[in-house]
Parts: sequence; C-alpha cells; structure tokens
Amino acid sequence: MNSSLYLRRRLINAFNLTVSVLTTLFGLFWLGWLLWTLFSNGLQWINLDLFTQSTPPPGEAGGLANAIVGSLMLTGLGVLIGAPAGVLAGTFLCEFGRSSRFASVVRFVNDILLSAPSIIIGVFIYGVVVVSTGHFSGWAGGLALALIVLPVVVRTTEDMLHLVPDQMREAAAALGAPQWKVVSAIVYRAAARGIATGILLGIARISGETAPLLFTALNNQFWTTDMSQPMSNLPVVIFQFAMSPYDDWQHLAWAGSLLITVTILLLNIIARIWLREGK
Amino acid sequence: MSTELTTDGSIPATDARTGRTGHLADKAFRGLTQFFALLVALSVLGVFITLLVGAWPALEQYGFFNFLTTNDWNPVTDVYGAVAPIYGTLVTSLLALLIGVPVSFGIALFITELAPVWLKRPIGVAIELLAAVPSIIYGMWGLFVFAPWFSENVQPWMTDNLGDWPLIGGLFQGPPMGIGMFTAGLILAIMIIPFMAAVMRDVFETVPPVYKESAYGLGGTTWEVVWKVVLPYTKIGVVGGIMLGLGRALGETMAVTFVIGNSHNVSGSLFMPGNTISSTLANEFTEADGAIYTSSLISLGLVLFLLTFVVLAIAKLMLIRLKAKEGKAS
Repeated sequence: MNSSLYLRRRLINAFNLTVSVLTTLFGLFWLGWLLWTLFSNGLQWINLDLFTQSTPPPGEAGGLANAIVGSLMLTGLGVLIGAPAGVLAGTFLCEFGRSSRFASVVRFVNDILLSAPSIIIGVFIYGVVVVSTGHFSGWAGGLALALIVLPVVVRTTEDMLHLVPDQMREAAAALGAPQWKVVSAIVYRAAARGIATGILLGIARISGETAPLLFTALNNQFWTTDMSQPMSNLPVVIFQFAMSPYDDWQHLAWAGSLLITVTILLLNIIARIWLREGK
Repeated sequence: MSTELTTDGSIPATDARTGRTGHLADKAFRGLTQFFALLVALSVLGVFITLLVGAWPALEQYGFFNFLTTNDWNPVTDVYGAVAPIYGTLVTSLLALLIGVPVSFGIALFITELAPVWLKRPIGVAIELLAAVPSIIYGMWGLFVFAPWFSENVQPWMTDNLGDWPLIGGLFQGPPMGIGMFTAGLILAIMIIPFMAAVMRDVFETVPPVYKESAYGLGGTTWEVVWKVVLPYTKIGVVGGIMLGLGRALGETMAVTFVIGNSHNVSGSLFMPGNTISSTLANEFTEADGAIYTSSLISLGLVLFLLTFVVLAIAKLMLIRLKAKEGKAS
C-alpha cells in the first residue's frame, strides 16, 4: 500500500511537471508562429519604395514614407512630453514622497494608468483636445502617446532610483550639497542607465499603439509634417490597409507590421542587454 | 547636523549650512517633482470626468441602468444599449482567463522550479517579448493566418465532438467561420499570458527558501511543494496577477477588433461573431454622426473604464497585501 502511494505521488508529480513544460512550449509556440507569419508575409514587400514613397491610392504602387515619418514624429512628441514628466514624478516618489500617503496614492493611480485600456486614453484626449480644437491633429496623437509613456517611465524611474544606495545620498549631503544637487548630480548619474532603459521601454510600448491614435491623430494619406493636421502613422495605416480588400494595400500592411514588430522587439532586447550590462 | 528625519523616511528640505528649511532651489526642485506626481494622480481623475461629461447626454436620455440593460444598438433609430458589447467583453475575457491562467501558472512553475539556471533568463525574456508584440499584429495574424487554419482544422472537430455534450455543447455550435468570440478569447489569452506569468514568477520567488527546503526535507515532490507550500503562501499575489491579466483582457482593442466579427448580437455560441466595448469604440467612434451616437459610445467607454478600474484596483490591493506580508515575515 505504501509503495502504491509513493507511485501515485510520483506519477502525479511527473505528469504535472510535464504539463508545466508543455505550457511553456505552448507560450513559445505562439511567439514562433507569429514571427514566422510576419517574416513570410512581410519580408518580400520590404524595398526602397517603402521608405521613399507615400501611401498610395488603391491599385497603385507606393510606400509607407509618410506613415513612417508620422509615426516617428508622434512617438517623438509622446516621449518628449511623457518622459521628462515621468522622470520628475518618479523622482518625487523615491526622493521626497517615499512612504507618505500622497506618494502611495500616486503610486496606486500610476499602476492603474499603466494597465488602463489605451483606447480609453484615446477617448480622453479626443474629449479634451479634439473636441475643443474642432479637428483631429498630430498634437492630440502625441499627447495620447505621452499619457501612455508616462506611467511606464514613472514606474521604472522610481524602481531604479531605489537601487541607488542611500549612503551615496548621505555622503553627498554630508559634503554640503543641497538636495537638488544630490539628486541631479549623484542619484541621476548613478541611475542613468536604468532610467534610459525605462524610457526605451516606453518608446517600445507606444510604437505599436493603434487604439489611442484612431480618435486623435487619425490618418492622412499625404505627406505632412504639420502637427496641427491629422497625421499619418504606421499602426493606423496598417489597420486600414489590412482591413481593405486591395492586395497592394494588404502587402504594405504586412511590410509595415514586420517593420514595427522588429523595431519593437529590438528596442526591448537592447533595453534588457543595456540594463544587464550596467549592473 | 540639524537635519531631522521624518517618520516616513523622507528628508525635509533643510539647508546643510544654515539649518534653515527653505533653500530656494531645493524648494523649487521639490515643488517641480511634486507637481508632476500630482499630475499623474489627477490624470485618472481627468479621464473619469471627461468620460462622464461626454457620456452625459446619452445617460440623461436613456438612464444609466436602462443603458446597461438594453440590447438594441441602432444608429438609424438612435436607440443604444450596452448589453451586447458588455456581454462580449465579459465572455471573451473570461475565456481568456480560463485558457491563460493554467498556462501562466505552468510557465511560472517551469521558470522558478524546473528550468536550469542558464535557461531561466532566455525563456523569461521570450515570454516577455510575447507581451511586447503590438496588439494590431496579433489582430492581423489572427484574421489572416489563425482564423482560416482554425476554421478548417479545429472548429469542425470541436463542433462534432463537443457540440453534443450536455450543458456546454451549445457553446461550440455554429458555422465554422474562424472568427468569433472563441478566437478572440484565445488570442486575448495569448496576449495576457506574459503579464500573468511574470507576476506569478515574481511572487513565487518571494517564498522564503527555508519553507521550500523544509517541505523537500519532509520528502515532498516538486509538485507537492509548489501546490501545498508555494501556492498557499503566494495565493494573494497570484490572484492579484490574474486580476491584472483580466484588466488587460477587458480593455484590449485592436486584436479583438480584427477577429471578433463585429456584430451587435448576444449569442450562446462561442463560434458566433460578437462585439466588445473596445472593438465597438474602435469601429464606430470616428464614423459616429450625431451627438447622441457619439455620447452613447463614450458611455460605453465609461463602463469599460469603471470595469477595468475596479479590477485593477483589486489586483493592486492584493499585490500590496502580499508585499506587506512579506515585509512582516522577514
């Protein structure tokens, strides 16, 4: 009887651990399938025209140049607004707020913002910017993206500043440095790599965001660098072209998807390597 | 030194030489950072107020409760009700949890207990990359690659073999179209697995080694140690992680918009097309003409916001509680 109990326990163990390995393979399987799909459908449409010509009307050849530039500008604007604000808010949480009630509330809200549906952010910016200015614009799109970068940067900045040993702050303070100098010259320098990683992850996060841009930057078939106009951008172009019945458009959508995904995965991998080397 | 430490561990702005609080540059710096922290806190409030203001005309006309319980969605007659999108949102998210939770648990178990050290990192990174792939890519892949394959190879089999089962049989009946609520739920599951697996892995690693070693010392198998020691210890954190995944699934937009079929109907079968709150917004928002139509869509957004807010708040509170417990234990 005793040995049958042993056998049963060992069998259950072996079975469950096998399942655990299988679930891991299950997860990796989708990543593999997804990447394979992207390369097999997208790689053949990547060429020079993609980067030099604007999005075509149906049935004509063209590229994604306006969308690529639009995406870069929107992402740039989002990061320029979101990252400094995030770094400063994160600085407050780590250097001044610590465990005060206000800091706890900010931390709590920030974590909710981090996982909040991005389409809601889009509706919010629509209500605040698009309705009051009367039209869709690149500014609105950039603001929506900034609001998505913000919580990512706040979170990583705070985490990275916490890794800086308090002795360094105390040593600087003991030499007579005022606190703003302690933070900006000592703590920021020590945590620079970590903060940069956070910003990089923020860029990766917004590069593929589609939902918040649908109601803010909208789309533009033509080349424009005017932020006050509706602006073309890769994700929305991919969405429209993929859903269209035209072959040419769908090919461009696949090429754009490959472009975006490779960029984002590279950003993620660079951020991780960078962070590990810094330690 | 006259620098006094406050009880919460923060350092008051005190000038090192004079001992006076109120060094101007320090005050300015502190104020600046505090302003942005306040901005973060206010942004969520701003979102809520904006949604409420935008939703007001529709809610005033239909009444909040009535809006939630009306099934019609008809732009021609201007009658809007939220039943179908809410139903679709809940069904696809629950399906995503049903598939995603066991898989995430398995992955976290593999990474923390089974994988050799050199494999932990690459596997962890690969799973996290799954989370980095943009939603719209999942959507395209789902619509053009997964759905055709699924409708040809898996769906008929499921209808034949599961369709006659009592109780759950009805879920698997319907034309094998590939797209529909089942596909949406499955893709959502793939998208939220990385988040849940990462949280579970992190909380599993908070279990003091002594606990696990004692259990192994008593002769427990790996599974018994995980099931009877690690899981009870991290219960709250695991539930927190699951809620975090649920919060993501509820609001996921682009992937679902591609594959759910976008029709305003409530169907008992998972193979039928449906709708979620976010896919309705993505599809109809820019095309909505008429104030009441737009306002009804914003009302849907408000419902989604409240739903995810509650779920995410619960998730966060549970994870905080686990952290507090951990603090006491050490």
